[in-house]
Amino acid sequence: MTASATHRAIDAVWRIESAKIIAGVARMVRDVGVAEELAQDALVAALEHWPATGIPDNPGAWLMATAKRRAIDRLRHRKLLERKHEELGHEMELAQEMAVTDFDTAIDDDIGDDLLRLIFTACHPVLSAEARVALTLRLLGGLTTDEIARAFLVPEPTIAQRIVRAKRTLAEARVPYVVPRGDELAPRLGSVLEVLYLVFNEGYAATGGGDWMRPSLCDDALRLGRVLAELAPDEPEVHGLVALMEIHASRTGARAGPGGEPILLLEQNRARWNHLQIQRGLAALARSEALGGALGPYALQAAIAACHARAHTPEETDWPRIAALYDALAALAPSPVVELNRAVALAMAFGPAVGLELVDSLLEEPSLARYHLLPSVRGDFLFRLGRLGEARAEFERAASLTRNERERALLQTRAGRCGDVDAG
Amino acid sequence: MRFMMLMIPRGYEDAAPGTMPDADAVAAMMKYNEALQKAGVLLALDGLHPPSMGARVSFATGKPTVRDGPFPEAKEVLGGYWMIDVKSKAEAVEWASRCPASKNEIIEVRQVQEFSEFPADVQEAASGFKEMQAAPRRGTAS
Amino acid sequence: MRFMVMVKADKSTEAGVLPSEKLLTEMGKYNESLVKAGILLAAEGLQPSAKGARVRFSGSRRTVVDGPFAEAKELIAGFWILQVKSKEEAIEWVKRCPNPLEGDSEIEIRQIFEASDFGEAFTPELQQAEARMRAEVAAGTKG
Repeated sequence: MTASATHRAIDAVWRIESAKIIAGVARMVRDVGVAEELAQDALVAALEHWPATGIPDNPGAWLMATAKRRAIDRLRHRKLLERKHEELGHEMELAQEMAVTDFDTAIDDDIGDDLLRLIFTACHPVLSAEARVALTLRLLGGLTTDEIARAFLVPEPTIAQRIVRAKRTLAEARVPYVVPRGDELAPRLGSVLEVLYLVFNEGYAATGGGDWMRPSLCDDALRLGRVLAELAPDEPEVHGLVALMEIHASRTGARAGPGGEPILLLEQNRARWNHLQIQRGLAALARSEALGGALGPYALQAAIAACHARAHTPEETDWPRIAALYDALAALAPSPVVELNRAVALAMAFGPAVGLELVDSLLEEPSLARYHLLPSVRGDFLFRLGRLGEARAEFERAASLTRNERERALLQTRAGRCGDVDAG
Repeated sequence: MRFMMLMIPRGYEDAAPGTMPDADAVAAMMKYNEALQKAGVLLALDGLHPPSMGARVSFATGKPTVRDGPFPEAKEVLGGYWMIDVKSKAEAVEWASRCPASKNEIIEVRQVQEFSEFPADVQEAASGFKEMQAAPRRGTAS
Repeated sequence: MRFMVMVKADKSTEAGVLPSEKLLTEMGKYNESLVKAGILLAAEGLQPSAKGARVRFSGSRRTVVDGPFAEAKELIAGFWILQVKSKEEAIEWVKRCPNPLEGDSEIEIRQIFEASDFGEAFTPELQQAEARMRAEVAAGTKG
């Protein structure tokens, strides 16, 4: 193998193993920053030795053993260790740990717990959302600082600083290095899911063309979501989020036309949907539902997406079911935008008059005041009810609110189709 | 029953890295894909980059050995696949026949193994596999 | 990136011989490791070619030949689809696979075409579309 081929292979091994190495060492040193450094030391050692010796049969075990040895060395040098009684107990744990040199047979459960601890710590709410995102992508996603910077359209030093500060904040806040339990679990899990969904949406909104680091964020979020689903299989909202992401991602190939123009869901070419991915999404949703209890917000959104995904053609869409799901979502996580979506579903299921009633109740909503989709939707209902003069006014208002040229043109066309009818 | 339709384009074994399909052929294929979709039989489809961009891993009894493509000994290679869900092999063959393929292409139709077809002890040993399969989920409450 | 990882058939798979319990168990563990790593997109086995067919095309004519295809050296017995960052990562995962057959075997790794491979320049229109989609995702009202 050439030197560069070996390096690329080592890179590949690193992508597969790095999160586990960091997680395993973090359990020992209880500091993610130090853990990352020690893991990097192991990588450096690999880069030095493996070109000559070849990549070992079990590269993960080699890296883990190397990193943990460095961890022991560093801990022994820490004077604190001698002074605190409870840490003496900790040192005995470590000695026991190193006595178990057969890392091949390290129980999967241990690694799973370590990874969970790492995920929860990187997503700790003491950190800002953007700090959590950067730290998670770095420690768990295996992305380099440069890759994260390119993905979020931010200079690399900014991300580097963000990560450094995040590690310092965690250390200074003395965040305990544990998997949250009991009452703590739900909000902490919510924080993790929020990070994954943020990463996913950043990637989902990027249409590509330029740097494909951005849309690949969807892959990163999905992979981490799937990993989490295996680590926390009894958490319905984890499966719900994975389902939501798989189903949304399944439409990537159909969402934009050749010129980059966005294509509405109901107009997408469904042959371009990734059906294997849809099946995975439906399977994840089924896992969520099988856990029993009422569906949470992610699972509800996934169930709505699933209704669309199951329809082979737009005409087959189960609109009454979608409307019912929006009812549940509105009860759980109400927002004007959810209400607007609910109105659209109600209109599709039960006719435009029903939708109009709901939309009319939203007209005073301050958050929707400049939102072009409100008059656009209202215009559509009025058009379908034959109230063409009012419909035209709404389409024109919507056109004036949107900053997107294509959308404006589309709305003006719709206004034009209302004919020259006087309002009323 | 699930079937793979494996597209075997003659000559693809010699295709250089970065070879792109012809735009007209893609357009014709998209119409075909839409027909599969509208009929509700489409489970999956993908195109594959040529073997010159791939690799082969051999498992002689011992360690795995890796070779990068191209593979001069391969006279037929896969260019892409569909997975469809139909009632019979005859139906699968019928769909394959409707593909706008050219004289240089063969479509191989192969039935996908269903977990439930295995004997009980095999199912036991391979438990968990079912969840990984791309089988359509009928009859789930949602 | 996605890769299709294909196990080549041999006389045993073509004869419909099922893998040993030992191999099944090892393969089960391997598949589980792929799931735990979040990278397994699909895993399927194929029935022997005796249960299959080949369709040849000539103009508007179609010729169907039933299997088995004994002379074909490149038959597939099964495949995975993996989501990874590079070909090297796919290779690394395949190296960790237990030998899928009882004798010598070969696994082929092929990269799957993505929509992005048909590349388009990042025009101002695309940039605008991107900004719009971002807003719509936040609003949750579009596809």
